[in-house]
Amino acid sequence: MSQSLVVYFVQLCLALLLAPLLPGIINRVKAIFAGRHGKPLLQTYYDLAKLLRKGEALSQTTTWVFTLAPAIALVATLCALALLPLGGSSSPLAFTGDFVLAAYLLALGRFATMLSALDTGSSFEGMGASREATFAALAEPVLFLTLMVLTSLSLNAGLDTEHALSLSALFGGQSADTWLGGKIELLLVPVVFFILLLVENCRIPVDDPNTHLELTMIHEVMVLDHSGPNLAIIVYGTALKLWFFAALIAGLMTPDLSPWPQAALRTGIVLLLSVLVGVTESVMARLRMQRVPALLGGAAAMSALALILSQMR
Amino acid sequence: MTLFLWTLCLLVAGASLCAILAVCPSVSATARAANLIGALGSATACLLGLVALVCSPWNASLSVHLPWGLPVGACALGLDALSRLFLLPVFGLGFVCAVSGGLSLRHERPEMHNFGAHWLFYFLLLLGLALVMTSRDAVLFMLAWELMSLAPFFLIDFNDGDSKVRDASWVYLTAAHLGAVALMAFFVLLWQTTGQTSLDNVGPALSQATPGLQAALFVLCVLGFGAKAGLAPLHIWLPEAHPAAPSHVSALLSGAMINAGLYGIVRSLGLLSQAGNAQEWWGWSLLFLGLGTGVMGILKATAQSNLKRLLAYSSVENMGLMTMGLGVGYIGHICGNGWIAVMGVSGALLHMCNHAAFKGLLFLCAGEVLHACGTVRMGQLGGVQKKMPLVGIAFAIGAASIACLPPCNGFAGELLIAFSLLDGPSLNGVERQMGLLVSFAGMACISGLAAALYAKAYGITFLGQPRSGFAVNAHPATWRTLWPLSLPAAVCLAGGLAAPAFFKLAVSAAHCALPLSDVLSAQGHNALRQAEHSLTVVSCVGCVGIALVVAILFIRKILLRGRRVKAVPTWSCGFQAASPRVQYTDAAFSEPMARIFGRAMGLKVDVHQDVQLFPQDGFLAIMAPDRLRTKLFTPLFQAVESLCNACKIMQHGKIHLYILYMLATVVGLLIWGLRV
Repeated sequence: MSQSLVVYFVQLCLALLLAPLLPGIINRVKAIFAGRHGKPLLQTYYDLAKLLRKGEALSQTTTWVFTLAPAIALVATLCALALLPLGGSSSPLAFTGDFVLAAYLLALGRFATMLSALDTGSSFEGMGASREATFAALAEPVLFLTLMVLTSLSLNAGLDTEHALSLSALFGGQSADTWLGGKIELLLVPVVFFILLLVENCRIPVDDPNTHLELTMIHEVMVLDHSGPNLAIIVYGTALKLWFFAALIAGLMTPDLSPWPQAALRTGIVLLLSVLVGVTESVMARLRMQRVPALLGGAAAMSALALILSQMR
Repeated sequence: MTLFLWTLCLLVAGASLCAILAVCPSVSATARAANLIGALGSATACLLGLVALVCSPWNASLSVHLPWGLPVGACALGLDALSRLFLLPVFGLGFVCAVSGGLSLRHERPEMHNFGAHWLFYFLLLLGLALVMTSRDAVLFMLAWELMSLAPFFLIDFNDGDSKVRDASWVYLTAAHLGAVALMAFFVLLWQTTGQTSLDNVGPALSQATPGLQAALFVLCVLGFGAKAGLAPLHIWLPEAHPAAPSHVSALLSGAMINAGLYGIVRSLGLLSQAGNAQEWWGWSLLFLGLGTGVMGILKATAQSNLKRLLAYSSVENMGLMTMGLGVGYIGHICGNGWIAVMGVSGALLHMCNHAAFKGLLFLCAGEVLHACGTVRMGQLGGVQKKMPLVGIAFAIGAASIACLPPCNGFAGELLIAFSLLDGPSLNGVERQMGLLVSFAGMACISGLAAALYAKAYGITFLGQPRSGFAVNAHPATWRTLWPLSLPAAVCLAGGLAAPAFFKLAVSAAHCALPLSDVLSAQGHNALRQAEHSLTVVSCVGCVGIALVVAILFIRKILLRGRRVKAVPTWSCGFQAASPRVQYTDAAFSEPMARIFGRAMGLKVDVHQDVQLFPQDGFLAIMAPDRLRTKLFTPLFQAVESLCNACKIMQHGKIHLYILYMLATVVGLLIWGLRV
């Protein structure tokens, strides 16, 4: 018990420390693909340190919503991350139905960010908020459909309801038997989660974080007016959210090992996933805004297929 | 029970005082007196009612029989956990709305309105609701139901100088009475089958009823109570009545009155399944009716540009969610799964209480905006938060609660319904499993859209810059008029942070609504322990989260100490001369959603664009009329009207022909009598 708690806290601290590394890795991979040398891997840390040392420029239009929202978004992501089983030991917070809480905490963070964007009264930021609202509303059923595949797998595996409906059971590492049992739906689930990672974190093909045109952005345009420590909070929160989704996929892919090897394996997979995101961003163009619902529809179809497969046995 | 009877007496006394004032000449002195008596009297009665609810033990089942002059029926009143739970929003919201209404009606001109009559019907509405939730006799129930259905007609019609308001109240009256017709048929059928009017004895006596009769009873009950609850397609009165009524009335109607429909469905399903012949398809039809209502309601709400209309459609959506919970609870009950049964029903009941708190709060906030700015069209507003910071905070709390975001109360009910739907795989048969899981995906879609909807409602109305003179000239409101809003706002936060306590109340009511067998209640007991544990952790996470947010704000404040915090104009990408009118509006915000769901939302886009070389002014109007009203109900009622007009040939006012009708009837009856 105490060992698993230690593993959990080590992993949580690792996540909090290493999360800003992920954008650095993505950027480095993109730079290598483009034949450039690229920014240092630790650029996000440098940015955070610089922003925390600065003052702020606040828009005259804004109210308390604007100053409060980044903190809410960060704390919501943090709480969601704390609910995840990190590295083979279940979260001490784990309870029946904690994935519903995690999903709604992410929604809370998004809600706060959208409101802070609308608070500036800028039409560009309104545009970003409106797009974020739409895509998030479409991504939510996909996320839940995929989680349902996992819950019904663990319910069918004979777990009782109160244990099956928990992130720690769903992402606590799959035993080899599940994979060897010919459960083909398990192959679809990580793919859907990867699409969700791209959508929720506003990466290509949904949103281009490096574009020069505000008209085509989603997430970056919503935070145009933030500066100084508040921008640092937002940048850090975004990195943590990327870690959250990568850790979900890592939880699916790791086998049921003993805690320490599993923890190491998971951290490795999370870092590898950021490389994969970099590769995806390098080889793809951003989709037109009207085509994004089709991408999410495809993901929903895949998870529905997985759900039907899991129920047909 | 004595205290409860005193509450009823106080309501009757208040009503009679107001009735006297209503017939007095309408001068400012009578208006002030009526306002004072109405607001104070109903607030006191509601407080007394709340005391009556909490004084007796929550699970105790009390009843009282009073003398009754009519040949059928009896004056039987009863209080059990279910009645108490439904009375909680009635008295709680009744208190808040009475105080807030009293404060806001001070500004109305006495020569335009009859305040005595307004408060008379407010008392009658409360009385009707209290009687509906407690009556244990079919005849008394129908009388109370009529009282409760009629009073809102006069309350909605407060601004009767406006033809739109009159139209809305007629739509309400028609819907209410068509529902009452179905209910009348329901109770008559019950009476005919069992020979009883007492609702306590009807249930067991139903065991001999044929399946066809039971199906008819179920359909009639869903039609009758569904019209009150606003289940699609019978919801069309809600988006008409709520924007037309004064805000304290819409808050009470939306938070407490439409719950009566839900109460009716819960009670009558309890009656119908008491004899052990409940059908599984009842649960399924409720589940899918609720899902359809929820999806339709949220999509229509997204399309609205009038804040109060948006809130009305959102009430439809929330009633859909509660009906889903109820439906899945009954499925679990019949399929023998205690977990699904208990979670579904208690989730629906908990969401009902939560909905009363946040929807009442949101309607009252909308009322304050309407009072301060003179409009609730979101495209004309914006930046209201700077003028009315307290209303802004209250609306933000309400919006976060109704979007089911964690530290607030909306999340608790939705979590319980999610629990019951997620346990679908433990039922037998793929179609049952998929049915529950697909409904869960539908619910996720609804809640995703609800977050987007309330980001729009709050963001466009309260944040940004004023879009028009309405918002620029908004006059500020002080805490003197706003303090009633703090009560539902506090309930929204407390309902989230102390969710386990509220959950216990809902669970006792659920046991009252759905008597489970021993095996099921053992399973259900386990489920309850788990759910309570989950809700406790959720509240802990909420508290820790709030503490962390405060800590981060504190750190930020320390970091910024001694540094420059500049106030600058919003960065608009180099072009700083834009007017506030270029801000995103409500229609612009929901445009990406309209691209996907435009057909389902029923959007009507009217564009006039000049296509010449030097274009002149263009014109764009986006409307979302309720197509069920324009395409289904209007033609239907027109057809009925033309049929009735055709029958008017017989009614021409010529007495000698009327005598001829009588003669013909008598002769016809004689011939019939001779033949038989």
